[in-house]
Amino acid sequence: MDELSRILGSVVANATPLVIASIGETITERVGVINLSLDGSITLAAMLSFVVAYSTGSAAAGLLAGMLAGMLIALLIVVASIELRQDQVAVGFVLTMLAADLAQFLGQNYTRRPGPTFPTVPVPLLAEVPFLGNFLFNHNILIYFSFLLLFATWYVMYRTRWGLALRAVGERPATAFARGTNVNRTRYLYAALGGALVGLAGASYSLAIKAGWANPPVMRGDGWIALAIVIFGGWHPVRVAFGAYLFAGLRILASTIQQTTDFPLVLVNAVPWVLMILTLLMVSSGAVDWLMRFTPRRLRWVVRLLALFGVRGQEETAASRTPGRLRRVLRNFLRSDPPGALGSTFSRE
Amino acid sequence: MSVEVRNIHKRFGPVHANNAISLHFEDGRIYGILGENGAGKSTLMKILSGFYLADSGQILVDGRAVSVASPEGAIRAGIGMLQQDPLDVGPFTVLENFIYGQPGAVRPDWDGARAQFVDLAGRLGFTISPNTLIEDLSIAQRQQLEIIRLLAFGVRLLILDEPTTGISAEQKTILFEALKRLAREDGLTVLFVSHKLEDVLELCDEVAVLRLGRLVGQAHLPVTTNALVAMMFGQELAPASRSDVVLGDSMLEVRELSLTSERVTIQGCNLSVRAGEVIGLAGLDGSGQELLTRAIVGLRRPAAGQVCVGGQDLTGKHYREYLAARVCFGAAGRLEEGLVSGLTLTEHFALVDPEQGAWIDWERARRIASEQIAHYNIYGRPESPIETLSGGNQQRVLMALMAAAPRLLVLEHPTRGLDVESSRWIWEQILARRAEGTAVVFTSADLDEIVTYSDRILVFYAGQISEVPDARRTTVDELGHLIGGQRLTKESVA
Repeated sequence: MDELSRILGSVVANATPLVIASIGETITERVGVINLSLDGSITLAAMLSFVVAYSTGSAAAGLLAGMLAGMLIALLIVVASIELRQDQVAVGFVLTMLAADLAQFLGQNYTRRPGPTFPTVPVPLLAEVPFLGNFLFNHNILIYFSFLLLFATWYVMYRTRWGLALRAVGERPATAFARGTNVNRTRYLYAALGGALVGLAGASYSLAIKAGWANPPVMRGDGWIALAIVIFGGWHPVRVAFGAYLFAGLRILASTIQQTTDFPLVLVNAVPWVLMILTLLMVSSGAVDWLMRFTPRRLRWVVRLLALFGVRGQEETAASRTPGRLRRVLRNFLRSDPPGALGSTFSRE
Repeated sequence: MSVEVRNIHKRFGPVHANNAISLHFEDGRIYGILGENGAGKSTLMKILSGFYLADSGQILVDGRAVSVASPEGAIRAGIGMLQQDPLDVGPFTVLENFIYGQPGAVRPDWDGARAQFVDLAGRLGFTISPNTLIEDLSIAQRQQLEIIRLLAFGVRLLILDEPTTGISAEQKTILFEALKRLAREDGLTVLFVSHKLEDVLELCDEVAVLRLGRLVGQAHLPVTTNALVAMMFGQELAPASRSDVVLGDSMLEVRELSLTSERVTIQGCNLSVRAGEVIGLAGLDGSGQELLTRAIVGLRRPAAGQVCVGGQDLTGKHYREYLAARVCFGAAGRLEEGLVSGLTLTEHFALVDPEQGAWIDWERARRIASEQIAHYNIYGRPESPIETLSGGNQQRVLMALMAAAPRLLVLEHPTRGLDVESSRWIWEQILARRAEGTAVVFTSADLDEIVTYSDRILVFYAGQISEVPDARRTTVDELGHLIGGQRLTKESVA
């Protein structure tokens, strides 16, 4: 039991950068901007955080530098999109490459050195609770922050006027404009916030979860994973966070299997990806109907069962035409359509 | 509240969309704003409601000049507009959509807003649950929601842009009742933009008619339809006469066809259409007409049954085989399904030209495009991207792209959103093909259109089909009953 608690605790810790980055990206995409630069921004932010913390001796200063870097990259994408009418995906992709290479180059003299980190701060009393203590309340403050972030994002998005404006801008900017929201300003604001969170995710690697800096960087590839998790989570902060924890859990499982058996290493590493592709297939609307067509009649119950788990197939949509409260909440939670205006620019007619 | 526009000018490039327009609106009255497509009515309304800025001119509310620089500013001045495609947010719930845009604290008062919404909806006779998602609502319900929302803002002048397009007759009655009550009891001023004369005659107290950007006439109702048409077009239109065409061989045979979608199911549908026959499909949107049109052109696989075109069994065959059997289809979504947004007219004609190979003979493509543009009277140039054309001209291009002398012509809402003259022109084209032996099947929400042009009518109600064997002896009234689900009596079937 104690062992399990510790394992779960390490899943939570390992998932934290992914949780923060993917929630940041969720906010960005929900307002209609694709920040594709995640893999580069996280790496660069991790490097800068470490170097600044190392030079100043202050982990907090490092954290701030990382957030600033993430925010600047995100703002570059929004400026290119809004002011220069450039494609967000193209700009984001180029920035991914640039930031990652820049991080390796600028950080080459700072590898493998001990620097300041965020220490573990057990929460008084709660950390002593059996099972839950090691699981949730024996971590550093960045991990506690990610819990808070998750709740706050959900609350603001679905329970406040700010959230209505945020979602409307990403979904249908013409409506947002007609209701008096300044579409471009809202995009700048939330893209900057999302970018800062991506930077924070980078800092949380080098200042806490995988402390230090190395060449090649340990977090490379995680940005793409965070982007995939946002899609997997259907742009809903709670589902996105769930995806991040699931992925981190599978990863730890994979590395355990790898240590104890002689199961082929490549296959074990591929498991999370295969699972992610399968899940994406299952949550995308229409996939179930498509699958049903190719499933022999005798096996269709399997697909139906999978569909119950989180999918909107034909049958489900027909039933939800007169939705009850629970069904509506569930449907809103499980919807997997991207924001309607994702990646587009808005201008007044 | 009285609202006045004075000497409004607005240009879009070379087009003078509003030319010195002055109008005065009194409270408690319903004004019809008439004009064909491109007459400038939408432009004027968008200026009034803050979506466009006028180049020059004034807007006065109760005699005082106001500046309406944004939709929000217009609402503050008491002017609100319901767009043809209501401006809401699909994944929002009705309540979220109602709250969004209202001033207030960061944490909205959900319960208070819900109570206000239910109260307003009840007063207007609208039935919408505040928890429904917007994307589950019909257009009519989204309009109702928008009206409720604007009234909650205290709007005193309500503009409705073509609100009766795409909604059912029942929903129209509900809408008109509510508008009349609002004008009479609350003194709301209503501007009703439309090119549907019968709607204007039914609802409005006064009309203003625009043509080519100018105000060409005003009248107190009632006036005759012909007088309005004369103002709109500068001439009176003669009613279409039905010519008798000798029916030929059977072109389409549908046997025991079953179709299912998430909304409706059609079972055991039988239909036989002969060369030169016109079949109108009537019914509320989503009653199953679309299932049938798509099944007979090979875009939807039937659950059971047979589809034969010209004696050839094409059940379950690929769309290409239907094309080869000379089946032509004009989809309801012109720009979504019929045409390719981003391609020019020349490119469209090159795309369907069987003579063109892998390397396109642009000389030939341009020549064909120019010929077709002249022949079909299309307002556009060979190099114009298709999406820059108006709806009527897009429909003309669709007609021009169809193969000559089809066996079966299937059209969904061929004249939706078109003005009277364009509609008439489109029908001339359809009837000319029919005279050459094409069998025609079309859907329409406009009952007059169905009655005017069909030989036989199929009325759809929740997937059930009733046939009106002789369209000449039916009336809009009778169809209205069928559409509402009241079955024919034995006598009228016989």
